[in-house]
Amino acid sequence: MTNMTAKLKNINKTTKNNAVTYGIVIAAYVIVQLLIFSGNLSSLMKGLLVPLCTYAILAVSLNLVVGILGELSLGHAGFMCVGAFASAFFSKCMKDVITLVPLRFFLALVIGAAVAALFGILIGIPVLRLKGDYLAIVTLAFGEIIKNLVNVLYIGKDSNGFHFSMKDSMSLKLEPDGMIIVNGPQGITGTPNDSNFTISILLLLLTLFIIIRLVHSRDGRAIMAIRDNRIAAESVGINITKYKLMAFTISAALAGVAGVLYAHNLSTLTANTNNFGYNMSIMILVFVVLGGIGSLRGSMIAAVILTLLPELLRELADYRMLIYAIVLIVMMIFNWSPKSIQWREKNLAALKNKMKKGAQ
Amino acid sequence: MSFISYLINGISLGSVYAIIALGYTMVYGIAKMLNFAHGDVIMIGAYVVLMGMTKAGLSPILAVLIAVIICTVLGVTVERVAYRPLRNAASPLAVLITAIGVSYLLQNLALLIFGANTQSFPTAIAWKGFSLAGGTLNISGETVITIAACIVIMVALTLFVQKTKQGQAMRAVSEDRGAAQLMGINVNGTIALTFAIGSALAAIAGVLLCSAYPSLTPYTGAMPGIKAFVAAVFGGIGSIPGALIGGILLGIIEIMGKAYISSQMADAIVFAVLIIVLLVKPTGLLGKNIQEKV
Repeated sequence: MTNMTAKLKNINKTTKNNAVTYGIVIAAYVIVQLLIFSGNLSSLMKGLLVPLCTYAILAVSLNLVVGILGELSLGHAGFMCVGAFASAFFSKCMKDVITLVPLRFFLALVIGAAVAALFGILIGIPVLRLKGDYLAIVTLAFGEIIKNLVNVLYIGKDSNGFHFSMKDSMSLKLEPDGMIIVNGPQGITGTPNDSNFTISILLLLLTLFIIIRLVHSRDGRAIMAIRDNRIAAESVGINITKYKLMAFTISAALAGVAGVLYAHNLSTLTANTNNFGYNMSIMILVFVVLGGIGSLRGSMIAAVILTLLPELLRELADYRMLIYAIVLIVMMIFNWSPKSIQWREKNLAALKNKMKKGAQ
Repeated sequence: MSFISYLINGISLGSVYAIIALGYTMVYGIAKMLNFAHGDVIMIGAYVVLMGMTKAGLSPILAVLIAVIICTVLGVTVERVAYRPLRNAASPLAVLITAIGVSYLLQNLALLIFGANTQSFPTAIAWKGFSLAGGTLNISGETVITIAACIVIMVALTLFVQKTKQGQAMRAVSEDRGAAQLMGINVNGTIALTFAIGSALAAIAGVLLCSAYPSLTPYTGAMPGIKAFVAAVFGGIGSIPGALIGGILLGIIEIMGKAYISSQMADAIVFAVLIIVLLVKPTGLLGKNIQEKV
């Protein structure tokens, strides 16, 4: 009987915890909508709404790899890049064919997520044999390769169909009426502006739902077992490769979703170091670390705060990255250094004792 | 003739990679960590030389000496403040993420101090070099000095690690830290010494790199740093001759890729090499295979 109540309590606790996470997103949505209707939201803030959701999705999806699977991926922006370009390519081709915006965006979303997932599998199969530092550096390498490839990719369309080139737009040999869709370093211009705040929030909720369901499922427990002790997990018959690949692919697909949002929020899509390169991957990692490795809610909140803060504190813009770097180092030492953990435990115990005495 | 000149350029660039890779490979072998900030120490070293020569009007040799001292102090300080507290952390990711933080910190400090503008690096090497084969093959002074510096450093470092007591301590710590400590070796001191040597070499590499490619920004060090790590992995991480072979091969691959395949794809080719090496022979060309124990 006591066992049953303990179990119930336990279930309630996780459900409650998850409800709080969803609740925060919904509350944020309602508040923002109220602010928009009452006209209290500046155009600068309105422009930030979709990017905020994009970064939150990226942070939550990277947390699946870093926090739940326990491997460091430094190529997350690469998957975002793949999703963004695949979906922008589709939307631009179908701009006049499918005029129903929700349908077109939905299809773009499916394509972006599917292509990113495909890349996740293709990259994951070789990469996930490695671990730790090697895995980090190889994911970084793949991210850079993707960015590099996108920058030399030229695709055009005319009455003969599609033309590809890796050299320049002239070697596409288009007919005069042809249209260049992907123009190398100039990227894709004229993507329809299909994303908006409501869709972004729905996608963020969907991302949270998928990852929370995964974490609390049998598969999720297997993934966490690999994180905690790979050899022990293997010895009880958990298929390491399968579960690693599962987490990696889902994370990649969700990064692709973020890419779709990103691409359909801008009319010009280019791949450079700051949006799809190494810097972006590190930025997402900063969100995850500051929000708390393994805490989905934390990554989401960190992404929002760290994106909003520099906009609100314009005068600090020069020092922004410097402050991020210092906070990152201090947080890591505070959270992970054996000495600091010892110090915290000692002082917390002393504090608790004091409180107890005070209560008596 | 152009093939031979590409080859020489490749060996020259590869020598710089090899010197940087030494820092990675020694730190990885002894402290078992990937020092992501190593590339940014190169950039700091190059800025110190630039400032010393243009602002203070020092002679190149003096400026390089000061850069070596500053980078050594920087490397040891970073190790003491940021990495040592995390040496026995539960998760190996902790120190890696901290190293990324340090890398970001150095880049942004340089950005604040020196500005984001690209600065042209002065010629630190006055010698113009010589030409062979009736003037069709020019070899610049930078190329000769870079290759010579690389050879001197390799020989000196190999002798240091093999013949001196400190070198013996390094090898012992890299093999088994706990056992080394029980034998009375100062593990913290040995690791600090490794960081000092690596950072001093980074300063030299910074000067050589910027002499060959004379443009300097706060992000100059990041890409060569990562590529040098690729070189270290290629040659077998933890091995000094491996760093030399890996560095030079990578330099040749990069220059040949730029010349014969596509200049925009050069980085992608280098990274593809890393991926292939890690998948086919994860221990690198000269690395040892270590069995994982439960």
